[in-house]
Amino acid sequence: MYPKVHCAPVLKNRRFRRPLPNFVGFEMITRPLSRREWLMSDRPQSRMQARLGRAYLVWSRFASNKLAVVGLGIIIALLLVAAFANVLAPHSPVVGDLRNARLLPPGGEYLLGTDDQGRDILSRLIYGSRLTLYVVILVAIIAAPIGLLVGTIAGYAGGWTDSILMRITDIFLAFPKLILALAFVAALGPGIENAVIAIAITSWPPYARIARAETLTVRNSDYIAAVRLMGASPIRIVLRHIMPLCLSSLIVRVTLDMAGIILTAAGLGFLGLGAQPPLPEWGAMIASGRRFIMDQWWVAAAPGFAILIVSLGFNLLGDGLRDALDPRGSNQ
Amino acid sequence: MQLESRRSGAWATNFAWAAGRFILIGIITFLGLIAVTFFIGRVIPIDPALAIVGDRAPAHVVERVREELGLNLPLYEQFFIYVKGVLEGNFGNSVLTTNPVMQDIRRVFPATMELATFGTLIGAVFGVPLGVLAAVKRGSIIDQIVRVIGLIGYSVPIFWLGMIGLVVFYAKLGWTSGPGRIDVVYEYTFTPITGFYLLDAVLQQNWEAFRNIFSFIILPASLLGYFSLAYISRMTRSFMLNELEQEYIVAARAKGLSETRIIWGHALRNAAVPLVTVIALSYAGLLEGSVLTETVFSWPGLGLYITNSLQNADMNAVLGGTIIIGTVFVAINLLSDLLYRALDPRTRAR
Amino acid sequence: MLMKQINPKFRLLLGSAALSTMLLSGLPAWAETPADTLVEAFAIDDVITLDPAEAFELTTGEINGNTYDKLVRLDINDPSKVVADVAESWTVSDDGLTYTFKLKPGLKFASGNPVTADDVAWSFERAVKLDKSPAFILTQFGLKPDNVTEKAKATDPSTFVFTVDQPYAPSFVLNCLTATVASVVDKKLTSEHVVNDDFGWAWLKTAYAGSGPMKIRDWRANEIIVLERNDNYWGTKAPLMRVIYRHVKESAAQRLLLEKGDIDIARNLEPNDLEQVVKNSDIATTNAPKGTVYYISLNQKNADLAKPGVSEALKYLVDYDAIGEKLIKGIGEIHQTFLPKGVLGELDENPYKLDVAKAKELLEKAGLKDGFTVTMDVRNNQPVTGIAESVQQTFAQGGVKMEIIPGDGKQTLTKYRARTHDMYIGQWGVDYWDPNSNADTFTNNPNNSDEGTNKTLAWRNAWDVPDLTKETKAALLERDGAKRAQMYQDLQKKVLATSPFIMIFQQIEVAGYRSNLKGFKLGPSFDTNYVFNISK
Repeated sequence: MYPKVHCAPVLKNRRFRRPLPNFVGFEMITRPLSRREWLMSDRPQSRMQARLGRAYLVWSRFASNKLAVVGLGIIIALLLVAAFANVLAPHSPVVGDLRNARLLPPGGEYLLGTDDQGRDILSRLIYGSRLTLYVVILVAIIAAPIGLLVGTIAGYAGGWTDSILMRITDIFLAFPKLILALAFVAALGPGIENAVIAIAITSWPPYARIARAETLTVRNSDYIAAVRLMGASPIRIVLRHIMPLCLSSLIVRVTLDMAGIILTAAGLGFLGLGAQPPLPEWGAMIASGRRFIMDQWWVAAAPGFAILIVSLGFNLLGDGLRDALDPRGSNQ
Repeated sequence: MQLESRRSGAWATNFAWAAGRFILIGIITFLGLIAVTFFIGRVIPIDPALAIVGDRAPAHVVERVREELGLNLPLYEQFFIYVKGVLEGNFGNSVLTTNPVMQDIRRVFPATMELATFGTLIGAVFGVPLGVLAAVKRGSIIDQIVRVIGLIGYSVPIFWLGMIGLVVFYAKLGWTSGPGRIDVVYEYTFTPITGFYLLDAVLQQNWEAFRNIFSFIILPASLLGYFSLAYISRMTRSFMLNELEQEYIVAARAKGLSETRIIWGHALRNAAVPLVTVIALSYAGLLEGSVLTETVFSWPGLGLYITNSLQNADMNAVLGGTIIIGTVFVAINLLSDLLYRALDPRTRAR
Repeated sequence: MLMKQINPKFRLLLGSAALSTMLLSGLPAWAETPADTLVEAFAIDDVITLDPAEAFELTTGEINGNTYDKLVRLDINDPSKVVADVAESWTVSDDGLTYTFKLKPGLKFASGNPVTADDVAWSFERAVKLDKSPAFILTQFGLKPDNVTEKAKATDPSTFVFTVDQPYAPSFVLNCLTATVASVVDKKLTSEHVVNDDFGWAWLKTAYAGSGPMKIRDWRANEIIVLERNDNYWGTKAPLMRVIYRHVKESAAQRLLLEKGDIDIARNLEPNDLEQVVKNSDIATTNAPKGTVYYISLNQKNADLAKPGVSEALKYLVDYDAIGEKLIKGIGEIHQTFLPKGVLGELDENPYKLDVAKAKELLEKAGLKDGFTVTMDVRNNQPVTGIAESVQQTFAQGGVKMEIIPGDGKQTLTKYRARTHDMYIGQWGVDYWDPNSNADTFTNNPNNSDEGTNKTLAWRNAWDVPDLTKETKAALLERDGAKRAQMYQDLQKKVLATSPFIMIFQQIEVAGYRSNLKGFKLGPSFDTNYVFNISK
């Protein structure tokens, strides 16, 4: 559903060159440095200092982007809400009072109103944040390494391996994502774990493409050639030297995709193929509120806003990260 | 741009080679697509015979249908039979509609295309200027607003926005029509020819029907349009930034050309090459993205067809629909890539 | 490049101007439905064929009920009786085996062909030989492909004789003949379209060959069904020229269409929309109890559910009142016996209430003091999902932890038919308007082994009841109506007490309609929802 997935052929022509790690060092300092100066030094004296310096640079670029900071704030808030859901939620997310508290409007005891089973919507939203995090994190943990592995192997090995792996990637990329996820969930059975698996299966191919493109740009570099000359095995080269180089662009991409993952999960929930009732999955909550949209609008409105805000947070964060890590990137 | 280089033999061979490779890739991808969909379809824990005869059928009727469907054959044989059928353009019959799946798809696909086309149109008409504006006023408040509008487009659950749109614009304000594609009253005054209803209404000069059809399509198309706007405006902005940094712009400025002319006449014209690809890709995205939109708007297109079929274990229809969308998807991807190569002066010069 | 030709600025201007004109003109003209046409919003996605010999869905029942004639029809004012349709009169022989029908004279099909006893006999032969899902309604009387032309035959153009294999209750036989599968099909017309001896099956899937008050003009799956007045109909001609069923699945959408006057009748209104619709003075509502009951069943293959007393305990762990008041208000009423209201032998007894203490006591007696864990397969639609969620909460109060496994209709059904579920929530609608239709599935289980081919609901839940099976058979042969009714009441009492079926409610079909309609009434069964009496 997200066309940005397919911008790779356009973008790869504009890929920037990543500066190679700085091996130069050991210059005498003449006066004590302020912390900032130490970090910003263009002659770092240790790898540690170089790394910290780079991180500081990234952070200061990131922090200058207000929208990105807002995004980070949203995600931190989400993490906190999820962590303290049991403290924050005023009611049970799954037990309601069908007889007396069905479809109550917002206000009073129920801040955001109640749903068709008489459950507090606010509490359901709060607990639902756990499910949302669960889904995005799990999908990222499953899909990103698969993509990374496939992409780096394809890129490094080249030849037939590359062709076969990339054809498989293309096949999965050719699928309409949501429909493929739908079909997988239908085959695997309902439940949030299966939704995670289905989304992961549909979301690794772009990562593989990115990782491959990154690998291609560094494969023939002197640095890798040097490592190879030192007798490192291909597996070691891929794992220790190529993969780390692909990480930053992959992280940006994964962060940007989190919103997409949330939306796909919500779409599955909306079509009744996500979490099992009575779990407070936001997409499913919208689906159950759909019947009341005319008169009891709050039932569907609240979870919709929650999804919007959280995915906006991930998008802002991802956008900021990309700009910070990649100042000459495509979307400056 | 050097026109003569476009005709140079070396380029042509190069292009033909690339095209041939693309076609080969297309075929391989297509076969993979069939294989994956088929096996998903067969492991779904639903008895297709049951979908046909219903719950109350006596056991011997169910068994007979299973045999008719070839479900008692080994899986690889079923796959072989299926691929053979697909290559002959036969996806089998749909259980739900009883028609051949191909015939159903021919009926519903134009609806999806019409929606996606209209949506892309809206997205491009608004997205490109917004993107240009954002690039020109880079860093300004306008740039930030465009950025946020775009990001919200990426972040909003489209089915939810559709529901809200229906409530506001149809139920409360009465500005648009509700779910569906055309009022039943036109059932006898309007005959679909191409399946693109707006076009059909124009062809028949049935303006009343046109208005009616328009009032149905505008809401879902605007939604999809917003979605594609988000994408197109972002990409336009980045292409424009890239162009504006180029030396020829500096040169043009030095020559004293008006800023308007530089932006719209030169920079955008050069950015148009990658933009065409982006719009094509966005179109492909909308074809797929219509699944949820069609559900919310009861739009009788391919997305709704596939989800309905999936829910009724109508696997022939699901497989057929998925393969068609997948194929179109691959085709658009390859085409846009090809188009890019064909149009882009840099690749051409290579 | 195209961009070159048009001044970009102008292009932009042109584009936005065109778009804004379109936006303004987008205001829809609110058209009322035409005066000679009735437009109904109805979920018609269950239709897979129009052929009366194969059609077994609710919507097709209604469509065929309006477009085909049968020998006899249900009396919509008293559905425990039947009235004549194309038959003028009938007699039953003393041995209870032979039924002789005299046809009304001078009847015509919509095609103009005369309706004769030969058409009736051929329609029976056709249904039996095609042997599709609903054929059992006829074959249960001993009809087989090799004897059907003998057992159901025309002795002269206006006399049809039907011979059954056992002296069944006449009410049972006549009730079965009101089913769609016994519709009279135009033999002459259909024979023109026969391919490979298929009795015109391929053709009639989408075509029409009947003599009812309306004829089918068009069916497009998941989109529309169009009926038109049959001017050759023998009875009162329909006042309206045309009836259009438009496929709209969502209740909220139907309600909006109805409120705006885009449709005349909304057929699938859910409780919350119904509640709002009644406030509108332009809209009236009507309802009728239908022959469909909703139940939760407990698979006896599950060791916990099979323990004596557990099913009774669970019957006390359902909040019937809250479900009735909140979840099915207007579309159903609490009903704890397996025969729906309106069917011969109905029993109106609802002894169970939510009683957590009693349930706990029963569970303790069954050795499940600490409760147990169980799953329930639930279809993804309302009101079953809502009821399942409510039951999940009340079960928890009794210590029973229930996990909901949501799925599509066909998916849960596949599992149910394979007996691999723990609990299942579903509905059962009568196949034909006779108590045997439900008794045959709830209390009949001739072979409880996994190989059993008679997949009745009792079998699906592994409820092995040889005695009840015998009683069910006996009631079928009881020719005294009052005694027969008594037998079914006994059966229901036993099921109420001991069965693994938690009966919850009986469906009430409800429709909202524009108040300018006259003569709109929902019938007791789905095939008696007549549209040919409606006028504007």
